[in-house]
Parts: sequence; structure tokens; C-alpha cells
Amino acid sequence: MKSLKDLEAIRDRAKQEMSLRETENKTRIIVGMATCGIAAGARPIMAAFNQELELRGLHSASVSITGCVGVCRYEPMCDVIDPNGDRTTYINLDAGKVRRIVAEHIVNRRPVTAFTIGAAER
Amino acid sequence: MISRTHVLVCGGTGCAASKSTEIMAQFEKHFLAKGIEKEAKVVKTGCFGLCEKGPIVVIYPEGATYANVKPEDVKEIVEEHLLKGRIVKRLLLGDTEAQDVARSLENVGFFSRQLRIALRNCGVINPEVIDEYIARDGYAALGKVLTKMKPQDVIAEMKKSGLRGRGGGGFPTGMKWEFAAVQKADRKYVCCNADEGDPGAFMDRSVLEGDPHSIIEAMAIAGYAIGANQGYVYVRAEYPIAVQRLRLAMDQARGYGLLGKNIFETGFDFELEIRLGAGAFVCGEETALMTSIEGHRGEPRPRPPFPAVKGLWQKPTILNNVETFANVPVIINKGADWFASIGTEKSKGTKVFAVGGKINNTGLVEIPMGTPLREVIYDIGGGIPNGKAFKAVQTGGPSGGCIPAAHIDVPIEYDTLIALGSMMGSGGMIVMDEDNCMVDIARFFLEFTVDESCGKCPPCRIGTKRMLEILERITQGKGELSDLEKLETLANSIKQSALCGLGQTAPNPVLSTLRYFRDEYLAHVVDKKCPAGVCKAMMTYSIVEDKCKGCGICAKRCPVDAISGVVKLPYRIDQGKCIKCGVCMDSCKFAAITFK
Repeated sequence: MKSLKDLEAIRDRAKQEMSLRETENKTRIIVGMATCGIAAGARPIMAAFNQELELRGLHSASVSITGCVGVCRYEPMCDVIDPNGDRTTYINLDAGKVRRIVAEHIVNRRPVTAFTIGAAER
Repeated sequence: MISRTHVLVCGGTGCAASKSTEIMAQFEKHFLAKGIEKEAKVVKTGCFGLCEKGPIVVIYPEGATYANVKPEDVKEIVEEHLLKGRIVKRLLLGDTEAQDVARSLENVGFFSRQLRIALRNCGVINPEVIDEYIARDGYAALGKVLTKMKPQDVIAEMKKSGLRGRGGGGFPTGMKWEFAAVQKADRKYVCCNADEGDPGAFMDRSVLEGDPHSIIEAMAIAGYAIGANQGYVYVRAEYPIAVQRLRLAMDQARGYGLLGKNIFETGFDFELEIRLGAGAFVCGEETALMTSIEGHRGEPRPRPPFPAVKGLWQKPTILNNVETFANVPVIINKGADWFASIGTEKSKGTKVFAVGGKINNTGLVEIPMGTPLREVIYDIGGGIPNGKAFKAVQTGGPSGGCIPAAHIDVPIEYDTLIALGSMMGSGGMIVMDEDNCMVDIARFFLEFTVDESCGKCPPCRIGTKRMLEILERITQGKGELSDLEKLETLANSIKQSALCGLGQTAPNPVLSTLRYFRDEYLAHVVDKKCPAGVCKAMMTYSIVEDKCKGCGICAKRCPVDAISGVVKLPYRIDQGKCIKCGVCMDSCKFAAITFK
């Protein structure tokens, strides 16, 4: 290590990895990972969320999992919980939808209404 | 891929003793079995402070805190929490009542009242990974002082912060550094006192185990401030985990060029070495510690000259305690004004206490100076177990004294504790309830000092021994009223004449208990009674005739045949033969035997 810049580079890299351990002011993405979710392909969805967050260096969101919420026909699905507690449920996810949710909801703070459970029920 | 979940497992000495290493291995094993080894990561951390509830496991991003985890619980945690996202409520820390939400560390009463500066990284980072320390602004303070500050600026900042020595004495750290900085010498040294010896104290061990890099960084900063290029950490060999992690941390720091030659290309060199102590209490005294580093028998020498003038190998030396050093990088990063805004007028910042004894939440707490003792005992410590009454708290170890229940609202700071005849000390806090005999407590601490006296000066070598003999006499019911006076006279002359700090403070536990609990001493010497029921010599086992059914089981069990009687009639204990082992009391089915 030669300079403060080198130190900062290491800090930023390690910080990203450790940001998972902060609980305040975070958007939580919760992927349904019960049997129904996994069978419908929830695991690649979760991996896609992780990959997308990593790619964009987003520290402000974390990915966790939950069980079955009872609407198995909409799996794979996820909830996005904003820092203020607002909850948006996205359904029938695929890798493309994941990218748009991260870009529009997590980054730009605009829920993608077209993918929500409300849009499907209408 | 970045892991989606971090499983933090405490790797401190306390939790390691209750199988946290095996718990980590179990997690790794079950990750593999479930194919989630790439998503989940086990992080070994330092002490969380809640040793009573250990081993502690914290799972992020939920922040769910599990307590008293056993290796066999791991499978359930992996299957339920990590695979299905269902928190295992029965293992959650906190109230046993049903909880719908994950309780994160910050929400638990034990943590919410604490302010963690010295312990900022303990239980948060993996102490064996330097990058995790750097992620929390580690080594940024060293970078800042080397590139942007002059040595005198660093000292000015330390003085302004108001930081005082956390090892016991409470000497202003900035002034100590200044004394050494103004000395002209070809070599100077920085020493870290990690020879934590007070019974029940483990603050320094926890910092070394949980955040070793903070000590390395702070010592390099101190070296720059006073003009030293060599540091020594004097740590006791009884702390194997601390020593191993410190060694590893030093290797990693060297690998990154944060120790060694030309740090940050500023031309500043700093090297660090570890010296292992054999665990003698006296080696925590600064002059004895330096004598021991030099390779001699650990004995103190008179001061002056003070170490800042003539210390290690007759060169100017500063010696600070682990916790003091742990505060330094934060003060540099956040500024002296920030630090000085915490605490009270004369005691700035926070203090770490190892709370033990008769208290529910045994463990490590860090509180702002000025926090009332009551808050530590009841709000953080969770009060006294089994509904017993709080009697006193012992602070400052064998050099300190007792604070009785009447003073429980005292704000904790250096000067208030000294005014009460106790002291901050290194931060051991032993809580006592109504079942503790204060004479016996004084005897216990004096026995410790007698054992640990190095023998160099007669007041300590002979004086404390004589005091102990008097105390033993009192606890055996052979004391006289004049003994109390003798104790006080001896205590005061030892205080005035002993060579080093240890001898000078050795009588404190006796003086302080005499001050606040004189009635207990009087009960021992005048009434020949131990009110708390601890001093066995003054107690007798006896059989209550009304309750005795004459079954004879006690007589059968008594190892010295002290009990005799006729079946179906009350039995009797021959006090001349009784050795007070208590077997009769344990064997009686009718609670007919008393001990008082």
C-alpha cells in the first residue's frame, strides 16, 4: 500500500461486502423461497437480485428470503420493503423483471406498477 | 457473488469456551449440505459483550440475534431461517414471549443504552480480516496524521479530547504523550499495557480479540506523535486467542505496508513486537512491566524518573492501556470536539466495564462517562438474580473499593468514584447481593494482593500479609475490637510507604468496606456472627427438634459421626465433632436442619 487512495480503494470494496450488516435505512427485497417458489425458479431470481445489486454497487438494499405467502400461482414473487415501511409485491418474476425492478424501484424509487400483484388482480 | 446473508458467530474467549468454534464448523457443514455455501457466509467476530447469553449468533440482513446457541441448533437455524426465511423464535435473544419481529442487537435493552467507541468493532467485524477493519474507516486515522498533521497537532488533539488513561490511573493521555514528545533522545518507545490482571476484568482481552487492528493503528499514531519507531505490546500468555489474533493482525498490517518502513510513503517507520507476560499481577504496574520487557524479573522501581523521561532501556517511553489506545483512532477521525462532547466535565468519552458477580447480564458494557451506577446494574445489567437485594458493587479490582447501595445513583466518572473511596480502575465491576459477606470480600482481595505482591518493598510484602492474618482471624470468629483499629493503622501506613501503585492501593478494599460496612465487621468481632452467613467458622448446623422426625438419615450420612440419637426421637449434632460440611442439611427430607 502506497497511499491513502489505496486505502480508500480497499475500504470501499470491503464496505460493499459488509453493508449487509447494516439494518438502518435499507430497502429489503424478500424473495419467496418456499417449495412452490423454488419450484417456480425463485433461486435464480434471488441470485439475479444479488448480481444486479453487486453490479451497481448498491449498498442500500439487502436480499433475504421468506416462506410461502399462499398465492403460489404467482411465484416466483418478491416483496420490496422501502425504508419507510411501504411494501410492494412483485409477481411472476424473471431475470428481465428483476433488472427493471432494481433500476426503477431500488435506484429511482419508482415502483414498477405493471409487475405488481395489484396489476395482475385487476 | 456477494453473499446474501452473513452469519456472525462470536469467537471471543467466553463463547469459544461454549463451543462457538464447533458452531461455526456446523454452519459451514450445513451450508454445503444445502448448497447455499455461495450465498451465505460465516463471520467469526469478537465479543458482543453479552457473555451471559453466549454463544451469540447474529444473522444479517435481518439482524436477528440468537442466544445460547448450541451446535445441535445450527441445523434448525439453517433450514428454517436461511432456507425458508423463518426466524427461529425459541432461540431469539430477549423476552421469551412470542415475538413477531426479528430483534436486532440495537433493540435489546442491554445494547440500546450503550455507546460503543472502544468496542465499536467488537462483534461487528471479523478481527482476522484486515479489510473488514479498513471498511470501518480503519487506518484512515493513521493516514490522516501521517499526511495531514504534525506530531504536535496530534498531541494537541489528544489533549483537547480530554481522553484519560483507561487502565486505572486516569492520567490525561495527551499530557503523557507531550512529556515524552519533548524529550530529546535517539530512541523512544511506545508500549501497550495488555497485562490485564484484575479478577473479573476482561475488557482489554475483548478489544484485542475483537479489534486488534485498532491497537496497532493507535500505537503507530502514538509513535508518530512522540517520535518513536518501535512499539511493544505486553500481553499475558493466558490470553491465547488475543495473542494469536494480534499476531495475525500485525502480519496483515505489515503485508499492507501499514507497519514497517516508510508507511504511506511519508518516511515514517514503525515496528511492533509482542512481549508475553507470565501473568504476574505486578507486571501491570508500568515500571514493573517495562522491567519485564527488558528481560528482567518483573519488579517495580520508584518514580521519578517517570517513563516519559526514562522508561524502557532508559529511553523516553509512553505506556497506555489497550482501551485507551482503542479510543485514539476514533478521536483522530471524528475530532476531539466530538469526543469531548461525550461524558462529563472531567471525564470525557466512554468507559468499558466487565460486569460480573450477582447480576443477570454478565458481560461487557461500554457506557458514556457520567451514567448512573443504577442504570448499569438494573437497565443494562438486568438487576440481581433471584430477587435478592443489591448490597454493593466492587470497582477497581484489588486496588479499588466498594460502592454501597446508598450511593447507587452516583454518576460513574473518575473523581466521583475516588470520592467514594473506590476507583474506576481498569473497569472490573463485581456486583454483590445480600448473601455476600463484606469482610470476606475484603479478605478475598487482600489474599489476592498477598499472593501477587512481588516482595520488593516491606510495606507490601509484610504489611499486607499481617492485614490478611487479622482478617482471617476475624472471619474465623477470633477477632477483637482492637483488630479494627490495627487494620486501619496498618492500611494507612502501607498506603503511604509502599513502593508502587499496587502496594499503595492494596489496603483500599479493607478501608472501603470498613467505611461502609463497619457494622458487619462489628458483628464479626463483637457478636461473633456473620450476618450474610458466609463465614462458616461462626455458623453452626443444628437440628430443629419440632421438625425432626428421627429418621436418622443425617446420622448415617455424616462423615464424622457427629450426629447421634434414637430413632423416632429428635437427633442432635455434636458441635465439637462437626466439620460443617453440610451433608446433613442436604440429606434431610424435612428441612429440620438449620445453618446460622
